[in-house]
This record gives sequence, C-alpha cells and structure tokens, in this order.
Amino acid sequence: MHAEVEAVFREERGRLLAALARRFGDLDLAEEVASEAIEAALVKWPVDGVPPNPGAWLMTTARRKAVDRLRRDQVYAAKLAVLQVEADRAGPPAVGDELPDERLQLFFTCSHPALAAEDRGALTLRCLAGLSTPEVGRAFLVPTATMAKRIVRAKKKIKDARIPFRVPGPDELPDRLPGVLQVIYSVFTEGYSASSGPFLQRLDLAEEAIRLARILRRLLPDEREVAGLLALMLLIHARRDARTGPDGSLVLLDDQDRSCWDRDLIAEGSDLVVASLTGGPAGPYGVQAAIAALHDEAPDVAGTDWAQIVALYDVLIAMDPSPVVEVNRAAAIAMRDGAEAGLALLDRLSGEPRLREYHPYVLARADLLHRLGRLPEATAAYREALALAGTEPERDHLRCRLAALAGETPS
Amino acid sequence: MKYMLLINAGELDLSGGAAGCEPEDWMRFDKEIQEAGVVVSSESLADLVTSTRVQVANDGRRTVTDGPFAETREVLGGYYVIDVPDLDVALEWAAKCPGSRGGGSIDVRPVAEFPGA
Repeated sequence: MHAEVEAVFREERGRLLAALARRFGDLDLAEEVASEAIEAALVKWPVDGVPPNPGAWLMTTARRKAVDRLRRDQVYAAKLAVLQVEADRAGPPAVGDELPDERLQLFFTCSHPALAAEDRGALTLRCLAGLSTPEVGRAFLVPTATMAKRIVRAKKKIKDARIPFRVPGPDELPDRLPGVLQVIYSVFTEGYSASSGPFLQRLDLAEEAIRLARILRRLLPDEREVAGLLALMLLIHARRDARTGPDGSLVLLDDQDRSCWDRDLIAEGSDLVVASLTGGPAGPYGVQAAIAALHDEAPDVAGTDWAQIVALYDVLIAMDPSPVVEVNRAAAIAMRDGAEAGLALLDRLSGEPRLREYHPYVLARADLLHRLGRLPEATAAYREALALAGTEPERDHLRCRLAALAGETPS
Repeated sequence: MKYMLLINAGELDLSGGAAGCEPEDWMRFDKEIQEAGVVVSSESLADLVTSTRVQVANDGRRTVTDGPFAETREVLGGYYVIDVPDLDVALEWAAKCPGSRGGGSIDVRPVAEFPGA
C-alpha cells in the first residue's frame, strides 16, 4: 500500500515542489516541506480518507510547514521575504482550488544553461520525476554520496546566483526550449544505451525520460519540437524488447525480431510525428522522429524506404550540420545505392576529429568493408571498434563478428 | 541582487583595444545600461602593460613584477557591478555588452551577501 501511494505521489510531488519553489523562491525549503506534507498524507489519508482535493490539501499542509520553519528561523525568513515579494510581483497568484501547474518554471530552472550540463539531468529527475537521490545516483551509475554532492551544488547555484523560477518569454523560448529538450533526451539516451558499464539498457531511465516528455507535452501542447522529442523516444523505445537477446546480448536493427516491437508505442509515436511536422518548419527532433517512424513501420530492412530516410537526413544536415548525422546518412546511402557509395562517404569523413574515437563510425565502416568482401580491412576496423565500444554487450557483439570473420578469411 | 560582470578581453588589436569592438559600441552600451538605472559601479582598466603584480611570501618578503604576465590568458579589461532581480537579467546585460563579442567573454558573478551587511 505504502509503495503504491508513494508512486502516486511521484508526479504530485513535482507539482507541489514547483508551486512551492515559485512561492518561496527556495528549492531546498520547497523539497523539505513537500516531503513533510507527503509524509503527513501517508499517515493521515489511510485513516481519515483521501481529501476531496488532494493537491490542495498537500499544498496547504506544505505551506503551513514552510511558514512554521520560517518562524523558527528569522534570518532565513528575512532573506526569503525579499525573494517572495519579487516572486509575487512576477506572476498572478493561484486562483480557486485548482493547484496551478508551475512545473514548467521548474523545467526551465533545472535545465538552466548556467548549471553544469551533468547536473541538469540529475536535478530534473530529482525535482520533476520525483526520484530520490539514491535512485538518481543509480540511474547515472554514480554513488549516492557523489550524486548528493552534485545535487547540493546545483541547488546552491540556483539559490546563490539566483537562477529564477520562470518561464522564458516568447522571444526567449526558441533559445531556451532546446536546452530543456536536450536534458530530457540525454536522460533517455543515458538509459537507453548505457554509455558504460555491464548493462546495455537501463529501461527505467528511458521510461522516466518519456514520462518527463509527456508532462512537458501537456504543459506546452503547441510546441512541435516537444511532440517531436516525445515521438522520437517512443519510436525508439518501441524496439526495446527486440534490442537485446535472451542472454542480454546486443541485437542490431537489421537482425531484430520486428514482431516484438511495441505496436501501441509505434502508433502513438507516429501520430506525434505528424503533429510535430505540421503547421510550420520542422525541427531536428521531429525529423529524427520521422526517420525512426520509417524504420518502425517497415516490414524488414529491405522493405525500408531508404530513399525517404536519406532525404530526411539531408534535411537534418541542412538544419544542424554534424559529422555524427553524416555517418548515419552514409549508412542510409549504403542501403539505397550500395555499400561502395556508403563507404566512399564514410572515408571522406575520416579527417573529422570528432569521429576519430566515435564507435558507431568505426563500426559502420567495418560493416561496409565486410559487405564488400574486403575482409582484412574489415577485421582491422572491427578490432578498432572493439577497443572503442563502451558496454560489455557491444563488445560481445563485436567479438562475435570478429569470430565469424575469422571463419570466412582463408587462412 | 548584485552581480559583477567581469569583462575579459579577447584578441587585442595593435592599439591594445579588443578586436572587433568599436569605441562607439562601448559608448552605446554604457549609455543604455546607465539609463536603465541598474549600474552600481563600473570601471574600465588601463592597458595590461601598465599593470604591476605584488606578492608577499610566507617569510614576509615582497616580490613586485611588471606586467604583462606570460601566464595570463584572459585579460581583465573592466567591470560593471549591476543590481538586477535575477541571473537571467544579468546574463541579458552581459550578452549585450560588446566585451562578450570578438573572442572576448564576460564572467557573471554574484556579489556575496553577508548577514547584517
């Protein structure tokens, strides 16, 4: 019962925290009294019954606890009073019973560019996904004490440098929203293809990222890139069960059992792709989601619309030139026009410093050399990829390839 | 809340001024920020060749060194202390300042507040 109730509070906690942070301008105080209010609810509600408006009950309880705390600590109160006046000036107060959803402010605060990049994801998980510090630590494979230090550091910066709890105005939004989306997507990619360690996927983290994107989509229903990001994550996540073998080994897209793909997520993601690409110029997440949708809707590798995928990569490169995208485009060209054409493109990128230690680049080259029957070169490239691979399943996969190649090579 | 904008000059041109910035840019910016009523104080520093460094060792011996200093990568060219509601507003002013262009940079640091001060 207790755990169930706590799960219900995960999202409620984010709302509560956002409203309190905005009211008192202090994330520490907000966290403390939000937790106390939830604890009080866990004691009272099972006895007295759930109040008619649980959100308002929590808010009232938390606010009362904050006032108590401020009465005890006058110096702190004096400092906060200044902040509070400014916060009150910044926006209209809450109206009626409905707890205003102020999580959008908190999203922008937690992913503020003035915070260290590595702290933004941690803080967002802590404050908006409602994860505990040990959970956030586990998510990023960092000891709890280290994670606690990072979160304290980030909160101290918010408070001492006074990073505001506010939604950027319409003129700033195009500059700031990509930062919020980047934080959510980095949580997702961290969970999806763990960059290091023994496990290939940390699905919980990917699901937390999707949950965050769903909240953000409700808060910003008209922002097409929010729809694009949610679509992209759903369309990738739809393949989760096919991506690893029963022994935890890596299964690449070409070899995946497509009947294991999650059709509901694909349908939801595809609808969102449409939303993200209509009504104005496309953004990078929308285009990447469209590419993912083409993969997800194809019956097999041969039946994939590679021409359309190449065209979408062209759009993506025009929007945001990057050698990493060039690698993916070259792989798509290899499928459309043959391995030779793809390899020529990859070789043209060999001078890129950013690709020198980029494992997917080396792997893509190895695969094309293999397809062209240039076996000694393929072997050398797979060995290079093996040295660069970050996870154990990735390394196992490459060892299998190398073993298969050794069988093909005349000795 | 008070913030100090520390203006680090980027590449210097032959006359010692920041490359890519005209004096008119600075005058325009200074007028704008002064008229906004947020400036607490501001100074522009003389050339680095005029700088002198003083260090006192543990034994009390004083060392005086003539600038410019070989290890100095970023040259502090001046500062503004401004009083604004939050970091976003301070960053906004920093981005408007010509010192943030042409390879230069601006560090935005909150001024420490001491209880009772």
